[in-house]
Amino acid sequence: MQLTVWTYEGPPHVGAMRIATAMQGVHYVLHAPQGDTYADLLFTMIERLPRRPPVTYTTFQARDLGGDTAGLFQQAAADAFERFKPQAMLVGASCTAELIQDDPGGLARALKLPIPVVPLELPSYQKKENWGAAETFYQLVRTLCAKDAPPPGFKRPAREPGSRACCNVLGPAALGFRHRDDIKAISQILEQLEVDINVIAPLGASPADLARLGEADFNVVMYPEIGFQAAQWLGRTFDQPAVKTIPIGLGATREFIQEVAMLAGTDAAAALAGTPSHSGWYSHSVDSTYLTGKRVFVFGDATHAVAAARIAAEELGFTVVGLGTYSREFARDVREAAKKYGVEPLITDDYLAVEAQVAELQPELVLGTQMERHIAKRLGVPCAVISAPVHVQDFPARYSPQMGFEGANVIFDTWVHPLMMGLEEHLLTMFRGDFEFHDAAPASHLGSNAVTAKAAPAPVAQAMSKPATVGTTWAPEAEKELGKIPFFVRGKARRNTERFAADRSVELITVETLYDAKAHYSR
Amino acid sequence: MSNVNNLRISAERGQREVFCGLTGIIWLHRKIQDAFFLVVGSRTCAHLIQSAAGVMIFAEPRFATAIIDERDLAGLADANEELDRVVTQLLARRPDIKLLFLVGSCPSEVIKLDLSRAALRLSGRFSPQVRVLNYSGSGIETTFTQGEDACLASLVPSLPVTPPDASPNLLVVGSLADVVEDQMRILLNDMGITDVQFFPPRRSTELSPIGANTRFLLAQPFLADTARALEERGAKHLPAPFPLGAEGTLGWLKAAAGAWHIDDARFRLATQPAYERALRTLGRYRDQLAGKRVFFFPDSQLEIPLARFLANEMSMELVEVGTPFLHRSHLAAELASLPAGTSVVEGQHVENQLDRCFAASPDLVVCGLGLANPLEARGLTTKWSIELVFTPIQGFNQAADLAELFARPLVRRTRLVA
Repeated sequence: MQLTVWTYEGPPHVGAMRIATAMQGVHYVLHAPQGDTYADLLFTMIERLPRRPPVTYTTFQARDLGGDTAGLFQQAAADAFERFKPQAMLVGASCTAELIQDDPGGLARALKLPIPVVPLELPSYQKKENWGAAETFYQLVRTLCAKDAPPPGFKRPAREPGSRACCNVLGPAALGFRHRDDIKAISQILEQLEVDINVIAPLGASPADLARLGEADFNVVMYPEIGFQAAQWLGRTFDQPAVKTIPIGLGATREFIQEVAMLAGTDAAAALAGTPSHSGWYSHSVDSTYLTGKRVFVFGDATHAVAAARIAAEELGFTVVGLGTYSREFARDVREAAKKYGVEPLITDDYLAVEAQVAELQPELVLGTQMERHIAKRLGVPCAVISAPVHVQDFPARYSPQMGFEGANVIFDTWVHPLMMGLEEHLLTMFRGDFEFHDAAPASHLGSNAVTAKAAPAPVAQAMSKPATVGTTWAPEAEKELGKIPFFVRGKARRNTERFAADRSVELITVETLYDAKAHYSR
Repeated sequence: MSNVNNLRISAERGQREVFCGLTGIIWLHRKIQDAFFLVVGSRTCAHLIQSAAGVMIFAEPRFATAIIDERDLAGLADANEELDRVVTQLLARRPDIKLLFLVGSCPSEVIKLDLSRAALRLSGRFSPQVRVLNYSGSGIETTFTQGEDACLASLVPSLPVTPPDASPNLLVVGSLADVVEDQMRILLNDMGITDVQFFPPRRSTELSPIGANTRFLLAQPFLADTARALEERGAKHLPAPFPLGAEGTLGWLKAAAGAWHIDDARFRLATQPAYERALRTLGRYRDQLAGKRVFFFPDSQLEIPLARFLANEMSMELVEVGTPFLHRSHLAAELASLPAGTSVVEGQHVENQLDRCFAASPDLVVCGLGLANPLEARGLTTKWSIELVFTPIQGFNQAADLAELFARPLVRRTRLVA
């Protein structure tokens, strides 16, 4: 049993719903108790879809448990087929139905429906939402592509000279973080590279489209959390290579273009040169020098977290002080990236552990999910959202991709906006005691509701004022001097000074000790 | 199809598009301010509560889920040990908690994890600092607001006993917004009923004593088990309409006045100003709502009293009134006030109900969050039913707010031209 306050991911059947809802002509019959229909509102309220998710729930109750829940499932599947006339059906169980072991797959098979029926085995007590989405997509792809699959050991023949390459784009789903906009960004790049798109899936694809996946020359995997498993199978079965780079950020977008161009045998020059990007220049402009070395904490799904850390370090000149993910399936990628930035990776789905680390590291910017937005708000640290789990705010009305050159522009704006602007930060440092420009004053462009140092909660305040070593005390003048240091680095200054004092057996920290420590730790 | 009071009452079964009882935790944990709700369930339960709450308002709320994993399924003895460990961890984190509810879920019910024994065991260990109770909010046993019923029923045995010669006291049963409680208390005091308590209390240490001297008024229509538990303790239910709208509130207060033998003059003196003010403000919304046709999907069991209010006080036409359950005796006064011929549907077959809704093409549909946007996209105007549970709508001063909740979506549709 795990004590859970908030969860980053839903159960695996919600992942399956994200696939079914993304597609056309697929219906999911879910053996589930009354109440599990809450999942519909994720799609209709958070993503604001104008239609119900294509899901039929058996919604059994206690009185059904003594009777024929299997019959209830079969009736629901038969009725759903009759009413919705899908081209393919997914069948499975949610956590409670898994316990009563009615075998939805077998029951649905017995109906002998004239369409492909894909039984889903999604172990609810082990796995989570993204795994469920990946598994569902993979099972659908396998089932629908199987009849056209070549014999094992198939080698893809070379393309006819002069013909355009074509690829599949895999991974975008319902309830994804900017998936709709990323598809447009990716499609534009592929168009510039003169690569045709065979199928984009699951978002917008029909079962008939999935059956054509084998026709492409290669696959672009936009979101490995959802598309990697299917892409691996397609790679083995149809000898389709997969593009490894995720084009989030300027550098990654350039590498993506080169990787696609190589696979497609086209010229990358036009795509690389022809797209104006403001973010690269803005980051080089003098106004951005205030971004230098800002301490950022990054947490999200593996793909977005790794991409964000790279952008932070290489394209904005930040210092990555923490990096983590809730995607255990892709923890290895995050561990590798963490090594690059010299930080200890945080692999957890425990929201409280993430909060503790943010409080401990005291970053100047948090790049995380909606959960970290709340943590940052409590701790009074600026924050930008980079990853699912999604919130209604993560479906902006305007075009707002994360991928490609436009994605890099969006990211530059989104991350820099919550920070104090250049000269303003200097003024704050110069006039620390100013009645308007004090620690608690928010950045002027953020308005009066912006987070302030006063919002910092008691636990952190305690953590900050607790002496690092018993026997070390602060002289009143030193304490006062400490108060002149901007709030977002004050905790760090305090800890460094205390460590410095403890290492030297200094019992009373004076103003001199404070500045000695500052000199010692300065880079 | 049965025919009570000239109503067309039918029942249907099929897919139910409703929340389970766990959802009640969202308002119950705000109401009882030193209580913590620990759901013993699956990741689905945890996801449900945070999604139904819609927003993550509270950085560390007073509810959480002990997520059952594979090892817990393998052996129930270990599951009990695990539960004890999780509760110990939780209470160490939250020394401010005085009352802990272990809340059963579908999986905990199906694996027959005995939470009542766990609650006894843990109460023994943590009392007197913390009392541990249990109830089930599982979807296989409870629909949405029935979670509050199960919670309150579990709290009834903790209520102290009044002495045998105690003078009559009035208990108002069912979660109400604090502002509504305060208004009701003033009205009841003005009528001459001074010993008034509310259940649930704002703090778990302020439990009202009950006994044969206790008369109780239900403030919510979904409290079947709680009422039964109170009656078993000797308390007497005062049958009344529910305090929604000016007439409903007047009837509700009148039931208390009757039990306390308060004469008409005093009752009028205490209630007339607020009643008349409510009538005046309701008039403004009657112009917007009169003649409009409304369709209720089943949700909170508030549907019958709400339909009565809309029909009788706002002159709306009832196309269909769906309700998850129909408690005929608690709703007797409400059913008697519904217009003849009203179609009341108990239970749900969501697909058939949607077919009927589209065919009827009502002016306003009251439905859950899963259906609202899809119906809006089809050109129907909707009111989210969950807002009716989370908003203070009871009493004279809130009657117009209640009407406005129904008028707003209609007004909005007339304003938007693009």
